[in-house]
Amino acid sequence: MNNALKTLTNGILKENPTFGLVLGMCPTLATTSSAVNGMSMGLATMFVLICSNIVISLLKNVIPDKVRIPAFIVVIATFVSILQLLMQAYVPAIYATLGLFIPLIVVNCIVLGRAEAFACKNSVGLSAIDGLGMGLGFTLSLTLIGAVRELLGTGCIFGAHLFDGQYGALIFVLAPGAFICLGYIMALVQKLMKK
Amino acid sequence: MIYFLIFISAIFVNNIVLSQFLGICPFLGVSKKIDTALGMGAAVTFVLTLATIVTYLLQKLLVVLGVEFLQTILFILVIAALVQSIEIVLKKVSPSLYQALGVFLPLITTNCCLLGVAILVANGTYKMPGGAPAEGLLNGTLFAFATALGFSLALVLFAGIREQLSMNKIPKAMQGTPIALLTAGILAMAFMGFSGVV
Repeated sequence: MNNALKTLTNGILKENPTFGLVLGMCPTLATTSSAVNGMSMGLATMFVLICSNIVISLLKNVIPDKVRIPAFIVVIATFVSILQLLMQAYVPAIYATLGLFIPLIVVNCIVLGRAEAFACKNSVGLSAIDGLGMGLGFTLSLTLIGAVRELLGTGCIFGAHLFDGQYGALIFVLAPGAFICLGYIMALVQKLMKK
Repeated sequence: MIYFLIFISAIFVNNIVLSQFLGICPFLGVSKKIDTALGMGAAVTFVLTLATIVTYLLQKLLVVLGVEFLQTILFILVIAALVQSIEIVLKKVSPSLYQALGVFLPLITTNCCLLGVAILVANGTYKMPGGAPAEGLLNGTLFAFATALGFSLALVLFAGIREQLSMNKIPKAMQGTPIALLTAGILAMAFMGFSGVV
């Protein structure tokens, strides 16, 4: 039980994919123009992470060591295709906003990284919890960055109005703001983690 | 004229790294020295152009067979296989080129600008200048080539700035990735000046 809890919090705090391991930067920068978009991207990645971790953990004794990376990629790509079809059917609006970055979950280093570093060595249950923890960590950081950018850019968080939009700096919703926001948030996290 | 505009559009206006956010990992990872940045840029240009041609033709086959949903799985496998075979062929045919690009080739498979551009071209959803239709093998290949040049340009510019930056004193919390991201942000702001040109 203790072990499971440790695995879960590991992904959220100590080895947070965005701030700790600095993985998966492309979706982190591209889809965080608002808090909702960031959260949807995080949840989509979490779905793929949990499913691929479970299946890879189940298959760990079947897959020969030499072809394990291509095998992992096929498993991950399968779940990404399933996710694409599900999202097209049930949440077409979100699918249209996230666009290209849904199929690109395949090459997100977090998913392959966890398969290689955790799922192919641990039991099914623990792997699922690891996927959940990492997914939650990723979702939380993406939502945070999205909320900061949305607030600075348009004066809203999750669409809720906080101050008048004309005082917002549009640059934070556009491309340069993504880099600058993430840079400052990461510096802040580094400073807090050191203590 | 349209072909020239494709280049301007993909290199400056819609730069793949600084405005489309594809290929950020190598952009942050392999950009500490100008030499390595040039090597990575050349390797990406070579592989991206080839991969786009192959996946474009593959997509035509998928549509004929009516199995478009296999796109993601097949594309990533084809790209991985292509990178592997390029590595083998280069080793045999041109050892000097292999020496220069060899270390970067395995890294390219997980470079998301490869799969990203392949999907954009295959689906015909990339940005053509002046609202021209995004279709045809020639347009797609030129777009891929120009995109890769844009990637190389961003990488080399960024590496130049980082070489200078490494000699300066930087506050402790900002060291490493944060300062790199801020630099990229300012660079992206400069590239925003091109918006509306084409």
